[in-house]
Amino acid sequence: MGLIRLALGALALAFAAATPAKDKFITVASTTSTEQSGLFKHLLPIFEKKTGIQVRIVAVGTGQALDIGRRGDADVLLVHAKPLEEKFIAEGYGVKRQDVMYNDFVLIGPKSDPARVAGSKDVVAAFQRIKDAQAPFVSRGDRSGTHFAELEMWKLAGIDIAKEKGAWYRDTGQGMGPALNTAAAMNAYILSDRGTWLSFKNRGELAIAVQGDRRLFNQYGVMLVNPARHPHVKVAMGQQLIDWLLSAEGQQAIADYKINGEQLFFPNAGS
Amino acid sequence: MNAIAEGLRRVLELDRELWHIVALSLEVSLSAVLIATTLGLPLGAALAVKRFRGRRGVIVVLNALMGLPPVVVGLLVYLLLSRAGPLGELGLLFTPGAMIIAQSVLVLPIIAALARQALEDAWREYEEQLRSLGAREFTAALTLIWDARFSLVTAVLAGLGRAAAEVGAVMIVGGNIDGVTRVMTTAIALETSKGDLPLALGLGFVLIALVLALNAAAQLVKETAERRFG
Amino acid sequence: MAASILPLVLEDVAYAPRGQPLVRGISLTIEAGPSTIILGANGAGKSVLMRLMHGLLAPTSGRVRWHEVDAASLRRRQAMVFQRPVMLRRSALANVVYALAIAGVPAAEREAQARAALEEVGLRHVAQRPARVLSGGEQQRLALARAWALHPEVLFLDEPTANLDPGAVREIETVIKAFDAAGTKIVMATHNLGQARRLGDEVIYLQAGRVMERSPIDDFFAHPATAEAAAFMKGELPWA
Repeated sequence: MGLIRLALGALALAFAAATPAKDKFITVASTTSTEQSGLFKHLLPIFEKKTGIQVRIVAVGTGQALDIGRRGDADVLLVHAKPLEEKFIAEGYGVKRQDVMYNDFVLIGPKSDPARVAGSKDVVAAFQRIKDAQAPFVSRGDRSGTHFAELEMWKLAGIDIAKEKGAWYRDTGQGMGPALNTAAAMNAYILSDRGTWLSFKNRGELAIAVQGDRRLFNQYGVMLVNPARHPHVKVAMGQQLIDWLLSAEGQQAIADYKINGEQLFFPNAGS
Repeated sequence: MNAIAEGLRRVLELDRELWHIVALSLEVSLSAVLIATTLGLPLGAALAVKRFRGRRGVIVVLNALMGLPPVVVGLLVYLLLSRAGPLGELGLLFTPGAMIIAQSVLVLPIIAALARQALEDAWREYEEQLRSLGAREFTAALTLIWDARFSLVTAVLAGLGRAAAEVGAVMIVGGNIDGVTRVMTTAIALETSKGDLPLALGLGFVLIALVLALNAAAQLVKETAERRFG
Repeated sequence: MAASILPLVLEDVAYAPRGQPLVRGISLTIEAGPSTIILGANGAGKSVLMRLMHGLLAPTSGRVRWHEVDAASLRRRQAMVFQRPVMLRRSALANVVYALAIAGVPAAEREAQARAALEEVGLRHVAQRPARVLSGGEQQRLALARAWALHPEVLFLDEPTANLDPGAVREIETVIKAFDAAGTKIVMATHNLGQARRLGDEVIYLQAGRVMERSPIDDFFAHPATAEAAAFMKGELPWA
């Protein structure tokens, strides 16, 4: 009997420890790459200390993040797919779209470089060469911001990838990390955001092949979910987060975030 | 072997964060099993004892539901609890409450179906005697549950194993929010997707150790009680 | 004093669950008083007949009628002991208490009555032992205690000693005789001729689901009225 009492006591303790006691919180839908870069772990404590608001990040693919916003299951969206964001606003699901920061994509590839693109500054030409060489290429395939950026590159190269792909093109339907794992295992090319790449530990034979092309810049936008559509949205607190992100203090906090001394995100609010 | 040692070392570094993740995993899965047991045992008993038209069909469906894919359950519960869904008013999405609901749905058929099987076997032995004593169906069902409690523990443990191990349901309805809805399985999935395999492995071993400990404790209680009551 | 539930009347009772009759054409009256033995070979239908009388089975045709009593108290006033005792996973005492609880005995009185029942069958010393670890003979005595704790008017026994060793058989028969002496009507099914002789006052001989013969015990053994009964007795060892 004593054993059972002990077990129940431990259980009660576990419950108490696990249940978050916060009432003051907002839900923000963002992307996996942003969360996995570690940016939120750096930013949010600053915001919470200043305002007492707990920010709960649901990190999913951009497509799903926007869907969460449409359903009203989040208060604020922070994603990086400008055309989709503008459509979101136009359809009345969001209040206003504002630039927050940008980071860039990098084209990762095997050191053996079968498509001969390493060191190039022209990412579109690189994509063309990859297709011509039929070099293995891993795609996210998950309607994420990175996936849309990749599709944009093929389009710019004049390639209808849906029709012209072959066995060399691997559509995985995974997040950035798993996709990089797959690319490392296959020694394939892959488009990645810089943040995830910098934190990625399982590199194998992979390295950055192409970077710095303006077309690789990845713009982040922040939006408040429309309270007219979803009356329960926490407007005041959500707006506090947005205002802070766009403020001098927030923008500086973003710039301060570094991995191995390298800055990941470049604030550009109001630009 | 190195990866395992490395993983365990990294896991021990996490201390406070890890403690929170483990505590939440326990809270969610144990709560779900509690709910599923409270509903599932009477359901299993009723199916074992009562004869009615369509009984075989219900049993077949219940057995089939044991194999419900967690990710499908997660999706259905998500649609239910979303603000755009019928139960959106409750504001349960992306909270531990939603995870408990999803896991309860997942585990209920397991406990009910396994209980039904164990209790049907027991009923074969007890039916005549209990009816002879004048026990009505409801009393008989309760007596059956209590008398078969040792084989029912196995059913409950099966449910607990399922709950503790699944990631599909809690990921979708919980959102894997850092510090709020992150449990062991979703943490493992996250670290894997980040490419941090040693840490993922370390967390995996903690999870296995946890489930082992729970099973060992249950076995101990079972054996002690068996000695006392035959 | 409440009216007796006896006599029990069976009117042309048959039991044919899947078309094939296991017993048929059973018309008899069970009166208070003499211990009734239902005698027959294995498969004759003794167990089915017992269960029809006790109420565990409903006849597919015909009627089983007790003497004017309401259904609620009927359960209390006739009990049955089976060939294999089924005990709950709890102490011997708790098993008897359980039966009392089901019968609606007030909680405060249950333990005392249960202890008295255990005393009657000589099981007081194992009251706290888990019932399922008792020997076969002890469990059957416990079943008798449980059945008798409610002081039923009629006690049905379906081959209660078929699985027991001779020592245990003797113990059970002693208890049954004591209940008989205390006024309980005994109806017992057996294929054991010696036991029938020791415990019975009258015999109902069953064969292939039909009642072949019914007579006082001595008459039956001295002059079986039917050829079937005579054949049955020749096949059995008289001192079994």
